[in-house]
Amino acid sequence: MNKLFAFLIAFFLLLSAVAVGLWAAGVFEPQEKASSSVILGVPQLGGSFTLVNQKGETVTDKSYRGKLMLIFFGYTNCPDVCPTEMQDIALTMQQLGDDAADVVPIFITVDPTRDTPEVMADFVSAFDPSLVGLSGTEKQIDDVKEKFRVYAEKVPGDDPNYYLVNHTSYTYLMGRDGKLITVFSYGTPPEKMAAKIREQL
Amino acid sequence: MKKLTFASALLLVLGVILNSGLSVTSAMAAEKDGIMVMDAWSRARPGGSMMGGAFATIENKSDHPDRLVSVSSPVADKVQIHESVMQGGVMKMLERDEIVLSAGQKVMLKPGSFHVMLMGLKKDLTKGVEFPLTFHFERAGDITVKVHVKDAGAMGGMGKMKMN
Ligand SMILES: [Cu+2]
Repeated sequence: MNKLFAFLIAFFLLLSAVAVGLWAAGVFEPQEKASSSVILGVPQLGGSFTLVNQKGETVTDKSYRGKLMLIFFGYTNCPDVCPTEMQDIALTMQQLGDDAADVVPIFITVDPTRDTPEVMADFVSAFDPSLVGLSGTEKQIDDVKEKFRVYAEKVPGDDPNYYLVNHTSYTYLMGRDGKLITVFSYGTPPEKMAAKIREQL
Repeated sequence: MKKLTFASALLLVLGVILNSGLSVTSAMAAEKDGIMVMDAWSRARPGGSMMGGAFATIENKSDHPDRLVSVSSPVADKVQIHESVMQGGVMKMLERDEIVLSAGQKVMLKPGSFHVMLMGLKKDLTKGVEFPLTFHFERAGDITVKVHVKDAGAMGGMGKMKMN
């Protein structure tokens, strides 16, 4: 019984990995001239979510209506890629100057077990005062991951506490209505993200 | 009460002197048998964080190849050589057994590439903290350098350090 279950999970993971791979390969080619990316044949990304912010307050996607959302998924125990992306987002906010008031940068954890609101508070405050860090229950996180098609996979280490999390590393720009505007691939320069955001203001 | 304050002030002053003395003599770069490890730095981590990463530049100035086979540090329970790789949009940190340095080669451990993975941190890596890191080379042996903890989102070790 367990074996079958494990097999099903493995199969599903593989399927989703392939799906994400195919989708990523097709969708995230540079779209220089398109001012809004219409993703053909792919269901709309994003949607409603209910999560917990770094102050421990329950928030939903509607909490940020009227502003653009710049959303990145990661985990605080990641010492390389996540801080780099957070830094790029912080620099983007700086570049926006006064326009930054119209944008909420949001870091959503894919590791809710370790990333409690307290940990998130410490992590996000190191980058930009406006950064929101969202955590939640496994279920809440799974739900938002699914809606944003985020793939994340725990990689167990020798010590159960030291697991790593492989995860997709895109940054999502959502409009004032909460709908997807575009997706930035990892390493998109802050100037480019800021320019794209300015187009929307 | 007064005595206590005085004592702690004295300790503080002593601490400052000792610390500055240390950073002057601390190994910003260390060389052994033609292998040079320089500019070691790390990023500040949230309080209670389990994982950290350290970066450095390694240069093989000798005319023999050498291999970095492991790294160790008293600040972490476990230290691994990692490489960040992007596979189909998924970011992974993979453990590497070694980093090979051919004669004359320079390798930068930097964000998005190789890093030293510190697992099970025993010390909070707050900005300004320094800690030792020992690189074990097959030929050159052990080289210990001092790692400087920078901003949480620091991107390199070459930034200007405040010298006092
Ligand atoms: Cu790592």
